[in-house]
Amino acid sequence: MLANESSKVPGLSRRELLKSGAAGVLLLGFRVPIAHAASDSFAPNAFIRIGDDDVVTLVMPQVEMGQGIYTSVGMILADELDADFEKVVLQHAPPDKAYINPIFGVQATGGSTSVRAFWEPLRKAGASARAMLVEAAAQQWSVELSTCRTSNSVVIHDASGRKVGYGAIAGLAATMTPPKEPKLKSIKDFTLIGKPVKRKDTPDKTDGKTQYGIDAMPAGVKFAAIAQCPIFGGKVGRVDDTKAKAIKGVQQVVAIDDFVAVVADTTWTALKGLDALDVIWDEGPNANVDSAEIWQALRTASQGPAVVAKETGDVKAAFADGAHYDAVYELPFLAHAAMEPLNCTVHYTKDACEVWTGSQVIGRVQADVAKVVGLPIEKVTAHNFYIGGGFGRRLEQEMAVRAARLAMQVDGPVKVTWRREEDMQHDVYRPLYHNAVSASVKNGKIVGWTHRVTGSAIIARWLPPAFKNGIDIDAVDGAVDEPYDFQNIKIEYVRAEPLAVPTGFWRGVGPNNNFFTLETFVDEIAHREKVDPVAFRLKHLDNNPRLKAVVQLAAEKSGWGSSLPARMGRGISAQNAFGSFISTVCEAEVDESGEIRVHRCVAAVDTGIVVNPDTVIAQFQGGLIFGLTAALYGEITIAKGRVQQSNFNDYRMLRINEAPKIEVHLIPSMEHPGGIGETGTTASAPALANALFAATGVRLRRLPIDRDVLAGRKPA
Amino acid sequence: MTRLYWALIATAAVAAVVAAWIIYVPGPTAFASGSTVALNDYKDANPTGVPASLASADLVKRGEYLTRAADCEACHTAKGGIPYAGGLAFKLPFGTMYSPNITPDKETGIGNWTDADFLNAIHKGIAPDGSRLYPAFPYPSYTLLTDDDALAIKAYLFSLAPVRRVTPKNSLMFPFNQRWLMAFWSLFYNSNERYQPHTDQSAEWNRGAYLAEALGHCGECHTPRNLMQAVNNKRKFAGAVTAGWRAYNITQDKTSGIGSWDVEMTEKFLAHGHVEGLGTASGPMGEAVDMSLRHMTPEDIKALVVYLKTVPPIPDTSLPVPKTLLASTFPSDHEVNENARGAMIFAGACEACHGWSGKSPVLKYADFVGGRTVNDPTARNVAQAVIWGVTRHSPDGVVTMPGFGKAYSDEEIAAVVNYVTARFGAEKSNITAEEVRKIGKQASQ
Amino acid sequence: MITLQINGQPHDVDVSPDTPLLWALRDALGMTGTKYGCGIAQCGACTVHLDGQAVRSCQLPIGSVGSRAITTIEGVGSTDAGAKIQKAWLDLEVIQCGYCQSGQIMSAAALLAQKASPNDDDIDAAMAGNICRCGTYVRIRAAIKKAAAA
Ligand code: FES
Ligand code: FES
Repeated sequence: MLANESSKVPGLSRRELLKSGAAGVLLLGFRVPIAHAASDSFAPNAFIRIGDDDVVTLVMPQVEMGQGIYTSVGMILADELDADFEKVVLQHAPPDKAYINPIFGVQATGGSTSVRAFWEPLRKAGASARAMLVEAAAQQWSVELSTCRTSNSVVIHDASGRKVGYGAIAGLAATMTPPKEPKLKSIKDFTLIGKPVKRKDTPDKTDGKTQYGIDAMPAGVKFAAIAQCPIFGGKVGRVDDTKAKAIKGVQQVVAIDDFVAVVADTTWTALKGLDALDVIWDEGPNANVDSAEIWQALRTASQGPAVVAKETGDVKAAFADGAHYDAVYELPFLAHAAMEPLNCTVHYTKDACEVWTGSQVIGRVQADVAKVVGLPIEKVTAHNFYIGGGFGRRLEQEMAVRAARLAMQVDGPVKVTWRREEDMQHDVYRPLYHNAVSASVKNGKIVGWTHRVTGSAIIARWLPPAFKNGIDIDAVDGAVDEPYDFQNIKIEYVRAEPLAVPTGFWRGVGPNNNFFTLETFVDEIAHREKVDPVAFRLKHLDNNPRLKAVVQLAAEKSGWGSSLPARMGRGISAQNAFGSFISTVCEAEVDESGEIRVHRCVAAVDTGIVVNPDTVIAQFQGGLIFGLTAALYGEITIAKGRVQQSNFNDYRMLRINEAPKIEVHLIPSMEHPGGIGETGTTASAPALANALFAATGVRLRRLPIDRDVLAGRKPA
Repeated sequence: MTRLYWALIATAAVAAVVAAWIIYVPGPTAFASGSTVALNDYKDANPTGVPASLASADLVKRGEYLTRAADCEACHTAKGGIPYAGGLAFKLPFGTMYSPNITPDKETGIGNWTDADFLNAIHKGIAPDGSRLYPAFPYPSYTLLTDDDALAIKAYLFSLAPVRRVTPKNSLMFPFNQRWLMAFWSLFYNSNERYQPHTDQSAEWNRGAYLAEALGHCGECHTPRNLMQAVNNKRKFAGAVTAGWRAYNITQDKTSGIGSWDVEMTEKFLAHGHVEGLGTASGPMGEAVDMSLRHMTPEDIKALVVYLKTVPPIPDTSLPVPKTLLASTFPSDHEVNENARGAMIFAGACEACHGWSGKSPVLKYADFVGGRTVNDPTARNVAQAVIWGVTRHSPDGVVTMPGFGKAYSDEEIAAVVNYVTARFGAEKSNITAEEVRKIGKQASQ
Repeated sequence: MITLQINGQPHDVDVSPDTPLLWALRDALGMTGTKYGCGIAQCGACTVHLDGQAVRSCQLPIGSVGSRAITTIEGVGSTDAGAKIQKAWLDLEVIQCGYCQSGQIMSAAALLAQKASPNDDDIDAAMAGNICRCGTYVRIRAAIKKAAAA
């Protein structure tokens, strides 16, 4: 389904795109149609191309890594354009300002922003193109604009019965002026949006045709494997490559700063070569860092000075009397462990460089590669690919930089594939967090709430301009906008970068931490106040009808309150993260030895206008599994400056025979579309922890869930 | 008075005899009939040294062969560390011991040792500074080595690149931290005698005995120890637990030993660490094959087997005849229900390599069928393999089973281990989480 | 030179016999539908069929394959079970990022060929070795049942 030439936008030069993108200030880059070499094709903006063969090509500003975004984005464009979706062809966007994500100001896919951010711009892009097609047809037929309509890639003049396909009129349409404010469809007229539409990317994924970055095979490609210094911050000391070079098929051994690479005839030979290298690492300053020390430093930092991220009401007064509750919650480092290990293919020559990789930030890949190889940016072509799971890992581009540095020493294109162990031990980890929360309860209601979040500031590194006044908007996301009417609230943030270990975005980002803290603490207070956790939440949701509605629906659909067998419990979570309102009930069982079985999850979801309902459900199902996996098993630990986990044998994944049944109930809504990709991940851990409390009476304040604590072998 | 006196004397004498019997152990080849002679007086082919094909090789080459045959590397290399640079941790009930660096580094290795120093260590367990070595270093076996062979080993070790690596300090409890006590131990348990050939046995047998006893030190793992931690040759090769793994009975007992293996199978097992239908050597035996046995010449392997075949059978009723039938190609419902957690873990983490039938769909080394490990109702070695994993440097390349001990709970490991023995073995195990916890801690690291 | 029978065609590969089939397929033959995920038989992304049985190609040295028939994701659609599974996968929109799905489909097709109407336990037994990081398990289960009913 995907057009072959993934990197080129036909009929549109880079310069023109730049012009439009820059002028449009991160918006959709409307532009005057260019004079075409082939006058019959129509490229009204960065997202739409129509050929005289009637093929509508849509350029995807957001990368597809499983979210179904190609289909959803395609539907939004095609609906306003009235294109025949069956015949639509999709294309990966090249790095270009025209595709900047309006929420970040960077060409990036993440934060469950795709539909939220591009909803308006894409609708306008589609509507504008449609208007130009209609105008062209009207002009050609000399009829009133208003007497023409469109349907399925055809302009129709009902009065005369005339019809013209988009392809046939494309050339003329290209000469029309795009409308300033194109008229958007009213919601009731949507033909695609809101209907379950089959995904465009899946047929190729069922028969192995889809190309991920790891599948890039430019002619003459060589295969490389790399080993980075196992200690964060260390470098290559001495390398003895005699044994490696003796292996048939090993072509080259290269050591650069902090990594060594073996280039060979296959990845397998390269891996064997890597194993045969005798490397003595220059371990650097972190050779003795371990998890205990990192945690200690975080806890110490949490006692230090904090910045106030939000303060409402009179917190002091609220805590002056009433019942007082305190708790501390801690969350560990996590790896992304996407199924497609990191990889990047680069072909470097003196005067040009080509990069093949799947990236959530293809523009940054291009820019950083250009920098490291010392070429002007326009000499670097970056081809984006389908991504075999991103989860935030590919919001970084250091893997491409490394590959480019290697490529500078290799003749011809070289594909660097990270072995799983390398991927896991050189991740950019979900930071560990420390949360201190307190609540004051009067007359059965929480009236005072403080939450101090301590953890690293990813935003400060990733998007420095967004890091203001010492507040990391991601780290406190979900804490500053907690959904309940607690009235007197103080949210504080302490920036504490962990020793040695690099941190980055991970599916669910800040809300993962903050909703786990909020939702398990609220649950705990409800139990200690002897109020049903659902009833307790509802008491605090009078000002939040959307969340109230999902809590009620989740409770109803899950059979909340009905009895369960011994050692089985039900837990609920509620959240308003990523612009969506979601409540999730989890049913889990714990045996005497502390082993857990998650039986069922029931969720109610209000994510505003739904573009492709089945995709929303799929995303939520997958997100739940992702979050349950982390809650049950996920933790990266450090010893002697090294990550101790290496592969799926010691960094465990939930498998099909452990997966619960999942029911997702969508609430119809006319609100602006919310994000969905990360919501399941955020929802599951607190719902599970609360269910485990209901089953055992043990309150869990750390993740991953410790079975020794659950079984009473260890204190909480 | 005198009656009492004599009674006391008699009791003391009986006690002394009993004690002597308890602490006395016969020599490693005492089971064989006939007389022995000093090596110099032996008329047949010399059982010591290197095989004929290497006779004219230089000293270092010969030393390399003997070093391998003595399997120095297995103990003197930390997991993932540089060969011979030491640092492997032995977890003993009374503390942790680390193998020393035996590369020729002058400060941290043995670079300053003279020939006499080396022989003293090898034969008597005495370090150059006069201190006593612990018999974790098998000098009661190495004492049988000729001076020539020992010095060839030294020559090889001195040909290696010196590696600077300080050996970590042992942490042993009193009185085990009193090295001088080993002097008494040696009095009883180190003969300090070189190998003496048996004149009634063939030259091949004598070669096998030299390989097995002096170099290969098989008994150090496979023979149980007495109260004094000395190899108890009264139960020669009857099986024992070493470094947390069970070294199986390798007597000629047909049920619990290897008496039912024919010569060819036995040779193959020693040389490859795998025979179809007999399973795969893993743990310390896997290492012994990879680092030592598989580097031996076929004649030497044959000699070893000739010798092994004469070791008297000692039955061990705890070990059943291994099951040789394949399990079904799909699990049945009742199996799943009986041990649901074990089945769940097996399906996810194990089945891809080992198969539902116990015959691996991909790698012969992953076959379960017929192997002693899955037919051992203590399931000790299955548990170790699951916890720590297995790495084999097989003739077909490196074969690895990853360890699961870090991410799976002891309960889960116990469940999957019991599932494996129930499904693939003759008798199911009933290992508990507590045992898994303990066993895992005993493996050397 | 080793000759492999892949999807009914002989293919010559000139790499060392200890090379796992996975890398021979991907790097030597350019058949990239079979995926690398872990290299230690823990994820199932590399699953192919060897004489109809689902096997992990990352653990299968090409030197030990001999003349046995290899089927990959590129060819499984021409088997009865494979085609049914692929259709059910599309009907129920199982796939998210898709990276694990070659392996999932291969495992599911082998299951269906072996058991015409697998129950939940059968599905667990056959599919638990395939990790899906996107968490498509609920739909995989449903799709196998749908394919069995087709
Ligand atoms: S790559 Fe073969 S099972 Fe993971
Ligand atoms: S669909 Fe992404 S890993 Fe399975």
